[in-house]
Amino acid sequence: MTKYFLRRLIYACFIVFFGSLIVYSTLRLLPTSYFEKVARERSSAPNSPSYTEILNQLNKVYSLDTNIFVGFFNWGKNAIRGDFGNSWEYGIPVVQKFKEVIWYSIFLNVITLLVQTFISIPLGILAARKQYSKTDYMVTIVSMIAISLPTFFLATVLKYIFSVKLGWFDLYGIVGCYYDQLDFWGKVGDMAKHLVLPVLTLSMLNIGGLMRYTRTNMLEVLNADYIRTARAKGLSEDVVINRHAFRNTLIPLVTYFSYLIPNMFAGSFITETLYQIPGIGYISYYAIIHGDIPFAMFYLVIIMILTQVSLLIADFMYAVVDPRVRIN
Amino acid sequence: MSESPQQQNLPADPNLQEEIHLDDVSRVKVLSPSMLVFRRFIRNKLAIVGLIILIAMFLFSFIGGVISPYKQQQVFRKYEVIPKEYAAATINKDLRYIVQDGQSFPGGAIAQFVLAKNNKRLVFSSGGKDYSYTEITPDFYIIAENFPAAEVIILAGKGRFTAAEGFELTEGLETAAVEAIEARAADFEYDGSHYFITRQGKMNSITYSKDIAIASKLIFDAFEPDARKKLGTVEFVYEAQTALINDQDSFEAAGITYRIDLSDEAAIIYRQSETGETPYASISNLIVRAISPEVFLTVDFKRKFSEAINDRQTSFVVTDAQGVEETYTINRVHETYSIMAQKESQLIDIFSFPSRQHWLGTDGNGMDVLTRLMYGGRISLMVGFVVVFFELLIGVVVGGIAGFFGGAIDTLLMRVVDLFNSIPFYPIVIIMGAVMDTFEINPVARIFYLMAVLGILGWTGIARVVRGQILTLREQDFMVATEATGIPVARRIFRHLVPNVMPLLIVQATLALGNIIIIEATLSFLGLGVKYPIASWGSIINAATNLHVMTNYWFIWIPAGILIVLTVLGFNFVGDGLRDAFDPKMKR
Repeated sequence: MTKYFLRRLIYACFIVFFGSLIVYSTLRLLPTSYFEKVARERSSAPNSPSYTEILNQLNKVYSLDTNIFVGFFNWGKNAIRGDFGNSWEYGIPVVQKFKEVIWYSIFLNVITLLVQTFISIPLGILAARKQYSKTDYMVTIVSMIAISLPTFFLATVLKYIFSVKLGWFDLYGIVGCYYDQLDFWGKVGDMAKHLVLPVLTLSMLNIGGLMRYTRTNMLEVLNADYIRTARAKGLSEDVVINRHAFRNTLIPLVTYFSYLIPNMFAGSFITETLYQIPGIGYISYYAIIHGDIPFAMFYLVIIMILTQVSLLIADFMYAVVDPRVRIN
Repeated sequence: MSESPQQQNLPADPNLQEEIHLDDVSRVKVLSPSMLVFRRFIRNKLAIVGLIILIAMFLFSFIGGVISPYKQQQVFRKYEVIPKEYAAATINKDLRYIVQDGQSFPGGAIAQFVLAKNNKRLVFSSGGKDYSYTEITPDFYIIAENFPAAEVIILAGKGRFTAAEGFELTEGLETAAVEAIEARAADFEYDGSHYFITRQGKMNSITYSKDIAIASKLIFDAFEPDARKKLGTVEFVYEAQTALINDQDSFEAAGITYRIDLSDEAAIIYRQSETGETPYASISNLIVRAISPEVFLTVDFKRKFSEAINDRQTSFVVTDAQGVEETYTINRVHETYSIMAQKESQLIDIFSFPSRQHWLGTDGNGMDVLTRLMYGGRISLMVGFVVVFFELLIGVVVGGIAGFFGGAIDTLLMRVVDLFNSIPFYPIVIIMGAVMDTFEINPVARIFYLMAVLGILGWTGIARVVRGQILTLREQDFMVATEATGIPVARRIFRHLVPNVMPLLIVQATLALGNIIIIEATLSFLGLGVKYPIASWGSIINAATNLHVMTNYWFIWIPAGILIVLTVLGFNFVGDGLRDAFDPKMKR
């Protein structure tokens, strides 16, 4: 067991290492003129370091003047110590900016996770219990539509209906304009109000997939012999579903959730941008389109690490949930 | 779920049954595997709905563009009556200088003249030339250029003259000059010419002058366009001005007699000829100029305008030569007036609401939305197909090699797949988009780069599926048989393995198509994918990033969004239907 996890951990490190190498090489392979152009544009902005200073900083952090491998190891040495350089867009160390904004993303994604779980798992189970019924078809079609909806279109339609036509919510941002004058609960309420549409959008993204996945696994479990046994024993249908079937459906769902976590951060990348929630997604998007290379590099690496960590957690959880895995 | 085909074809007549052998071809009607798949597919309602949607989308995009009367980038214009600046007017408070033909009175000299006038000096110089002026009234000056005539030293009432170059002295002039100097006069006249005396101790220099320009505050407006030029001549202005000052009611210029009529509010000059008199020009203190040089403003127009500003009106009506009444509005800014006319002008027809000509209106560039949706569909679908083809190419090769050879090659290739999988997709694509923005790559080339990037980042899923399938197929008996019969490797892969992977590949490709359409649309929406002027469904919705467009013009972005959703839905339904049809056991 421990041996297995050690192997998994080493493998994760390997992926992160080579993944960063690829990302670093991609950035290095951009034409040099790109860096020079961005640096020149940056230096012409007020209150920013001069052109040569920016290039020097870039050289220091990314060792642009050496070959790719030497450069990568130099960058890695700093990165391991937590020094990812200064963000060009925000003018402060990248890690500091990350710490400032990550909580918005975590908050948004945790709420979304809860919402979509509570909507899609019961619906998926319901669809499986009444296979080929009208409910089943409805659930299938709704989940298909949810899968087919592009985030940006859904977000724009929601904004159009709820912000423009009905005027219930603000179009952008995490707080309203009177935020500073509110008391504590007022502030919480204000933020919650601003999170309604983003959470709705993000949930819709995954609800479809989650519903289908729950339904498929539930159907598989319901066809298993031990369910027939439970029914033969004369257990009530509720007990059969809730105690026997649902628990076993959870096992594959745990893996599915683990894939969802990194996906969520990538998905909230677009959603945060559309609603201008100042989480890591929007902040990175803004930095990336403005050619903030230190921030882009950091964001790519952190997403890779996050993916690997969540996969590790998934494997671990799998062992926790399913005793059969623990034995092997 | 499928009924057995044999049962359906049981012959009704029992006698017939005896005649036919059990394994007779006509008795046992066996459906080919592909027929079975087809049968199962068309029995799936959702898949049929999806197929119909897809066919409709293809027709809409590929045939629609041909049928549509408009082009992708055709800009529509319309005519609309809008207030447009027609003329500008100022009340003249400055002197206007009219220079004689062949002479020059440059700006520097004008400045010196104004200075001299204010300091009450009669003589001034500029640009190495000497000038003098005569004030007739404070509103009317005659400006002359001075040329040196002679230098005089007066000794005991007798002058010693030194003539300037090119100037001939006469007895009479000398006497007149001496007299004037003795009398300490500044100027004198002799023989119709004007002479000035400048004293420097005992030296007196005498200069003579030649009129080169006049400065007047009067504005003459011609009744006929042809008369405009004549009004600008020194002679006409001089004569008219002199007549006005002397209260004469007629004057003569260039052999033509003119009569001045002061009875009206504005003074009008009539030109007299044998046949009678015709209105020729009006005199006022208003400068009115048309914005367009082709327009000739009639005196009537100016008079109406002048009446309007005297009565503090903001608009006035003028009847033109064709008898059409035209209303003009006046905007006043300090001392200048701009006269606006309601003119029909050609405008780009932007954001027009759905109509018979444009079923879905026009967008912010005045292009037909429906037509752009058709062309945009082509791009969106084509990007989808090319990228999927790319993914299939890389995925099948990598997955096939990994699955077929197994062992170390498999491990290595699968690690590469994991690596590619771990790279965050959207951030990398957006970085590429931003880089392309920085280099301002042209929109057509962008599409190809975009397809390449999407293909390179997206093949891992297909590689995994192919590898998994081949790994299971490899162990099956028929593959062992191919090995035993000594069929070459390439043939084994392409004749025996690939056809067995095909069904799964088709399903994967169909589902991937929907996904890529979403990705392309998302990138185009963010402005990092397909760019204006090339349309794609995503780039059309991009207009909705502008809040004004989103709130007021639903018809621009909602149809494009619905098309995307429908198309993706179609691909997903068909993909799902195909999966069920190929492998009924795998049914959800």
